[in-house]
Amino acid sequence: MYPSRFRYEAPTSLEEAIALLQQGAGEAKILAGGQSLIPLLKLRFAAPELLVDINGLPGLDHLVADPDGTIRIGALVRHEHIERSTLITERQPTIAAAAPLVADPIVRTRGTFVGSLCHADPQGDWAACMIALDGSIVAQGPNGRRTIPAREFVTGTFENVLDPAEIAVEAVIPPPQGEAHGGYLKLERRIGDFATAAVAVAADLRDGQVSRAGIALVGVGATTIDAREAADSLVDGALGPEAIDRAADLAAEAAHPRSDHRGSASYKRHIVRTFTARILTQLDRSTQKAA
Amino acid sequence: MAIDEIKIGGMGARQRRVEDNRFIRGKGNYVDDIVLPGMLHMEILRSPVAHARIRSIDVSRAWEIPGVRLVLTGEMLAARNLAWMPTLSYDTQAVLATDKVRFQGQEVAAVVADDPYIAKDACEAIVVDYEPLPVIVNPDQAMAPDAPLIRDDKVNQHDNRVFDWEVGDRERTEQAFAEADVVSTLELHYPRSHPSPIETCGSIADFDRSTEKLTVYMTTQAPHIIRAAVAMVAELPEHMIRIISPDIGGGFGNKVPVYPGYVVSILASILTERPVKWIEDKTGNLISTGFGRDIYLKGELALRSDGRILGVRMHTTSDHGAFFSDAQPSKFKVGLMHSAFACYDIPTAHLTATGVYTNKAPGGVAYRCSFRVTEAMYFQERMVHAAADDLGIDQAEIRRRNFVRDDDFPHRTAFGFLTDSGQYTKCLDLGLEAVDYEGFLREKEEARKQGRLLGIGISTMTEPLGAGNSREYDILGIKMFDAAELRVHMTGKAILRTGAKTQGQGHETTWAQIVAHELGIPANDVVVEEGDTDTAPFGMGTYASRSTPVAGAAVSMVARKIRAKARKIAAHLLEVSEEDIEWELGRFYVRSAPDRGVTIQECAMAAYSNVPDGMEPGLENHAYYDPPNLTWPFAAYIATVEVDPETGVWDVLRVVAVDDCGVRINPMIVEGQIMGGLTEAYAMSSMQFITFDADGNCIGSNYMDYLLPTAWETPGFELHEVVTPCPHHPIGAKGVGECATVGGPAAFVNAVMDALKDTGVRNIDMPLLPDRVHRALTTGADVSGAPPVDPDAP
Amino acid sequence: MSSLFNEVTSTRSDDVPVRRVTITVNGETHTADIEPRLLLAHLLRQGLKLTGTHTGCDTTNCGACTVLFDGRPVKSCTMLAVQADGHEVTTVEGLNTPSGLHPIQEGFKDEHGLQCGFCTPGMMMAAKALLDENPAPSEEDVRWALAGNLCRCTGYQNIVKAVLWAAERMDDTEAEEAS
Repeated sequence: MYPSRFRYEAPTSLEEAIALLQQGAGEAKILAGGQSLIPLLKLRFAAPELLVDINGLPGLDHLVADPDGTIRIGALVRHEHIERSTLITERQPTIAAAAPLVADPIVRTRGTFVGSLCHADPQGDWAACMIALDGSIVAQGPNGRRTIPAREFVTGTFENVLDPAEIAVEAVIPPPQGEAHGGYLKLERRIGDFATAAVAVAADLRDGQVSRAGIALVGVGATTIDAREAADSLVDGALGPEAIDRAADLAAEAAHPRSDHRGSASYKRHIVRTFTARILTQLDRSTQKAA
Repeated sequence: MAIDEIKIGGMGARQRRVEDNRFIRGKGNYVDDIVLPGMLHMEILRSPVAHARIRSIDVSRAWEIPGVRLVLTGEMLAARNLAWMPTLSYDTQAVLATDKVRFQGQEVAAVVADDPYIAKDACEAIVVDYEPLPVIVNPDQAMAPDAPLIRDDKVNQHDNRVFDWEVGDRERTEQAFAEADVVSTLELHYPRSHPSPIETCGSIADFDRSTEKLTVYMTTQAPHIIRAAVAMVAELPEHMIRIISPDIGGGFGNKVPVYPGYVVSILASILTERPVKWIEDKTGNLISTGFGRDIYLKGELALRSDGRILGVRMHTTSDHGAFFSDAQPSKFKVGLMHSAFACYDIPTAHLTATGVYTNKAPGGVAYRCSFRVTEAMYFQERMVHAAADDLGIDQAEIRRRNFVRDDDFPHRTAFGFLTDSGQYTKCLDLGLEAVDYEGFLREKEEARKQGRLLGIGISTMTEPLGAGNSREYDILGIKMFDAAELRVHMTGKAILRTGAKTQGQGHETTWAQIVAHELGIPANDVVVEEGDTDTAPFGMGTYASRSTPVAGAAVSMVARKIRAKARKIAAHLLEVSEEDIEWELGRFYVRSAPDRGVTIQECAMAAYSNVPDGMEPGLENHAYYDPPNLTWPFAAYIATVEVDPETGVWDVLRVVAVDDCGVRINPMIVEGQIMGGLTEAYAMSSMQFITFDADGNCIGSNYMDYLLPTAWETPGFELHEVVTPCPHHPIGAKGVGECATVGGPAAFVNAVMDALKDTGVRNIDMPLLPDRVHRALTTGADVSGAPPVDPDAP
Repeated sequence: MSSLFNEVTSTRSDDVPVRRVTITVNGETHTADIEPRLLLAHLLRQGLKLTGTHTGCDTTNCGACTVLFDGRPVKSCTMLAVQADGHEVTTVEGLNTPSGLHPIQEGFKDEHGLQCGFCTPGMMMAAKALLDENPAPSEEDVRWALAGNLCRCTGYQNIVKAVLWAAERMDDTEAEEAS
């Protein structure tokens, strides 16, 4: 309940923030929404020497679409903004489906999308969405900007590829290759519970054929799992019971769950299979209806 | 004309609560809100491991931190003979560990500092060298021949057995089983749970060296028991101890025992001569303070083929953790477990019970429960449900065939309790009608044809609430009764004090309503005070649904004493003899001339200004109430659910509750209690539990893993009532606070079992996690929830 | 704050980081030197003696500490006090005005939406945030908006009724004011 001592800086420019992180030499932490970091500080699971609060940085609260359909989510966009964004509800079904299921409504007013990605919790909802969508993270550091694909961003449980002096400044979701479809299903016992298992699915359709697909799994491995084979099995075909079954089986195979008090490994795998099939079936039905 | 009792906030009025006026303004006064001059802050260092010998404790770095005032270890306590303290069940418990730690989260050291942040810093700076020992997390491990001895501190303790105990008639029960047409058996585990009030435990100890007086602000449901316990443990004179229990953020049994934190804060205040505040964090609360349940059942029913129960046989194995510190009447070892089957007319029953030590937190408190009746009624209703299935009899019908009849009270139960009153069939039938039982059964059949799984669960029970009487019930030899004290001031306003302690039950409102009922003084003219042992009369405190049955009765009795004196004053004022006086609410009048009368307020004024010759002035009194029996409310809870066969996720469709808790003083508050209880029942059946891995790590040590339902998951409740007044309570009331927690879980579980009827599964241990339900559906086998959790399980 | 006496404490060594912040709480502006590690909840409770904001867990689950931060609900145990520098905070103590109770407060009392009272301030602040945005919520809206706050006593049914009661009352008041 009582964090250890740390130094606190609230820079007003990105350059200043990066300089502070450089001084921090690996013992600094970035504070954005704080909804994962501050609980860790309170439990003393984390004890950084320096906190660099980026909430005062300008130009990081954008949630916009480029003319080509690329969606950009700035580092200070809160979960709540995503949940309420018409841009998201109209254009990005996977993100829209996950938004109301992140944490609880009060945490969502404060926690950030990009911060959640950086936290690299295998239980995180957003990392799965980003992997399924072939998204990427833009980081800025002393040596300038770089773009990191979401599926290469996380290196382990609570670990990412960022250098100590780099700041993730935005998340980028590429434009769909056709019509964007997708969904997100999470088995949680209660609002705010960690997922027993969850599945993010994105599938772009063109002329009734899957032009691009992504499936990612939550809570069934040491990191968010990219069910690449499952997703690839859908591409260039039409959705239908057989394709869905195949993809669901492959997704279940990709899961590496461990048994715990939420459920057994085999059950979690079963849920991955079931949820993958449910999302795809729903998607199939809705596109057929539209056609 | 007589006063309208409802208008003055008397019995039956849905009186809005007076305590709310401060709570809704954020002006409650909880322990952590209190700040005393010069106050220091204490934090406790807990063991990260479940079983280990302590090789050494190095506190030197903690002392070096600026702002640290005191560092305490078990050794320092041992020098003052305070390293161990007695529990509420005649065992001993370590205050700060000296020799070994015996569960994860056990108190090892304490730091007192200028602020809690510094105290926490210093705790982190203490270095403890632990030598790990093998860990025991369930009774099978505890009773294994080669099991390590957990309580090697005790002489004559050669294994991990706490007790063997039995009650009932063994021979006659064996006979009943020999004559049975069918024997129905059921084995299950009631998982470890935690009362988990949102406010954790805490205290502020303030020892004044100049007066030698110790004042302790404390989150306690039973301040007078605490005063006695502190007097015994700390060897301080009882009159020099003042326990103040201010507003309490929920108790549910968690705040009955004496915890090491309280004791250490007291010693710290004595040593520093400054007030010392200790506020537990949530993890500390969940992993070290009084849990509930954690008990295994092997149950058997001897049945006649028509559904009549001929005999009951139960064996329970209870896991008490490292110290036997159950809060329960001293005569009984597994609380009132033998109140099981009290609502059924059964010839004979026999219970054997074994208690074991494990490397888990001690406690065994009555979590929203009258001493293990929650387990008793859960076992009962799960066994009856299984028996109905075994016999192919409708689950409502099997209950009807066995209920004690309305004209058969008082009824001696098979285990020897005397139940007082009830209309069991009426309650059940009212519930069945409300839920449209026949209609639901048809709907369920229809749904089944489409592959949907619907289920309905029934739980009916009467439970013993309101201990004592004092002949049979005591805690640590302290007899269980309660007192009330009432002072009526000269203007007719009054102050009432009792030895109970409200924690949300609304005593400040309800007790005033009883006074209004007895005296006709408007409830708003009565202020109620509780929780300060220097001013409140003696009482055993508030838990086990005993406030209204015992303290509430004392309120009634003291008000009647006041009325008796007022009658004499009225006779004096009206210049007639007392025999010629009649009473109507709020007023005495002359029988032959009803227009001639005096109000209770006029009598009050006269008590201080115009008493008859020879009468002591004033209008105040006290009453001790030793109940002749427990009160026996009855409830019928019915839940309907739908199970998703693909995932095992189940949703509650409807919850119907019929409660007969006798006369309702404030129906609004009673309904609030029932809804709160139903929510905990839903929580236990669906998500809320504490378990352990094989290393003794507590799983459920914070609210990320120990799940309380939110407004979103919690179902809506449909409440109904039947009123059978309690024949021996002065105003006919019975306890109610815990009925729904006690009876509710079986309704939810039976409903899921009903939905799974075709699979042949007899039991899934609570909580009915989707995983467990799915496993039962796919394997057709029972699902055990007993620890340890195995991460490598398939 | 009186200037008659201000002790210069010696326990705090020079290497303890301290920051000066200015925070507006319930309309009143406070300036203080604080350690960055101080949680907003503790600043409110210990620093400003606004003890209506309670802390009930360590893990950002219970919501007893919910306050409004620039009008939106946050869990004040999961914000650093330094982060509130230059911002506005509303606590339960700011809910009622000298002229009377807020309808949410009245609703909680009238519908028996509280028992022990410990979660109540957080619940009411979450409810206020909801009604500020959605003056006519459905029961489902209310249950959803309160899902970040735990209550152990009531079973929520009466809390939900209390919020709906307040919504209706506020609607009536507005109608009266309009007419």
